Amino acid sequence: MKFPYSEKVLEHFKNPRNVGKMENPDGKGLEGSPACGDMVAVYLQVNPETKIIDDVKFESYGCASNIATASIITELAKGKTIEEAKKISWKEATEELGGLPPVKAHCSVLAVEGLRSAIRDYEEKHGLVSAKEPTTEAVVRSRLKHVMNPMAGLDIVRTELVTKVDVKEGSVRILLDLPSNHQFAAAIREDIMEKIESLWDVNEVKVVFTE
Amino acid sequence: MLDKTVYLDNAASTRLDERVLDAMKPYYFDTYAVATSEFGYSMGIEAKEGLESARATIAASLGASPEEIVLNSGETESSNMAIKGVASALAKKKGNHIVVSKIEDFPVLNTARALEKQGYKADYISVDPEGVLNLEELESAINENTTLVSIQHANQEIGTLQDLKAIAEICKEKDVLLHTDATHSFTRVPIDVSKIPVDLITMSAHTIHGPRGVGALYIREGTPITKWMDGGFQESNRRAGLENIPGAVGFAKAVELVTPEENKFLASLRDHTIKRAEEEVPHVTLNGSRHQRIPQNANITFHYVEGESMTLHLDMRGFAVSTGSACFSRSLEASHVIMGIGGNHERAHGSLRFSFGRYNTMDDVDGIIDAVKEIVAQLRVISPLYEKKSN
Repeated sequence: MKFPYSEKVLEHFKNPRNVGKMENPDGKGLEGSPACGDMVAVYLQVNPETKIIDDVKFESYGCASNIATASIITELAKGKTIEEAKKISWKEATEELGGLPPVKAHCSVLAVEGLRSAIRDYEEKHGLVSAKEPTTEAVVRSRLKHVMNPMAGLDIVRTELVTKVDVKEGSVRILLDLPSNHQFAAAIREDIMEKIESLWDVNEVKVVFTE
Repeated sequence: MLDKTVYLDNAASTRLDERVLDAMKPYYFDTYAVATSEFGYSMGIEAKEGLESARATIAASLGASPEEIVLNSGETESSNMAIKGVASALAKKKGNHIVVSKIEDFPVLNTARALEKQGYKADYISVDPEGVLNLEELESAINENTTLVSIQHANQEIGTLQDLKAIAEICKEKDVLLHTDATHSFTRVPIDVSKIPVDLITMSAHTIHGPRGVGALYIREGTPITKWMDGGFQESNRRAGLENIPGAVGFAKAVELVTPEENKFLASLRDHTIKRAEEEVPHVTLNGSRHQRIPQNANITFHYVEGESMTLHLDMRGFAVSTGSACFSRSLEASHVIMGIGGNHERAHGSLRFSFGRYNTMDDVDGIIDAVKEIVAQLRVISPLYEKKSN
């Protein structure tokens, strides 16, 4: 049989580690959307004293690359402190898996982002974010890098779908180079809202399409 | 590859029937000359007879005359030839407008788009949630500049069969020509051109256990069509290029081997697949029409799970099927067919197309449904969408 994945990817795909939902997690991250064909949720249980990740679980709606990366990421993160776990890179995860086909990169990046956003959620909930950073254009743009452009399989910033970002007194306006009747318009808008609305000093988000 | 692979992707292509190969062989090894006129030499005359006999068999399957069949390389060439040929023949005489459906396969869809770039106008008619063409919309889209309507007979993904007779009557009344892409219905759901006033029909051999790269275009006598590939005068000066005689003979043999009994058997495989999936797997949606459907296609969405994961698990267990999952391809754009029937991305991503052929058995169907049941249950356990939506 011929498969486009390494033995290790297939092994994690067939028998994913640490799967399932966690009741009352200390931190939770959700990345991707059904529109993009991939979605991953990561749940953390963190020791409040040592900040060591005692337990981690994931759920995935996605392809083999997404499932296998999420599985290996949970293995890598377990037992590490949140500071150490933050540094787990996509490169490290894919190397551990024996490589992934290049077209599948976006599916696996999502799993890494899932862990990071779970850690960020933990930090925010537990007052570990030192000073609340005011939302600027740069902050918005960095969050938009987590929104996928489904046409390209890369994020909407890198693929220049975002043409302009305005931040003014808690109101964020994002201009997209996409007509409102495009098949992905609603899904992208929803994904953007989810990423930006949660910023502490943002009270209004507007996504503007080309027509 | 394991030889026990259960192949359920016959809409993509089929395994060649040995009897087809046996019919073709003499035209590679014995009667291999180019078809010549009756004033040529014997081997060429015999080759010509083989070609013409194949043409007659294919014509008879449609109730057409042999002169109305142009043999060529298959679906893509036929649809290009029909649409570009008619559009260009009538551009000056009648107008520059063509009409196609939104769920056509790429040879028709992209030919229409290519013509638009050259200055032609095209309308894309919508379909209902089962994939059935909106006839009123078709009727109102046809105007005095319209030269050709091109509506598929059956859909490549969801298997919905159009009411070709009703479509042909509208076209006839409005005095426009009708082309139909019958790649996925040819011989499975017979068309009789003496009863249905369709002007052009695209056919392919490889979907009915015939050779690849072989097909034909039916052109009703008197249909204006511009020759678009220049070269020799083959096929009554309608298609340049050396005739593929072994291919044509194989195509004709493949046509002869399809029987009404076989089509009934394929329909029983389809119905069993749908029945078991609907009864035994929760949260499924049948894509396409339940009743207006080709016998060899079942397309089902298994909600909350992603198609590529399903097909990979199935492949590891020896089953070959295809999915509408965009993760299959580089772009994440969902199938235009599933979007065309009002579906969303999730419905496309979680869909499996089971397409049946001569070499499938009821055990194959039971085997794949047993496997799908387990795989879907397993993937739903880890799906973040499942619990959220099912509660």
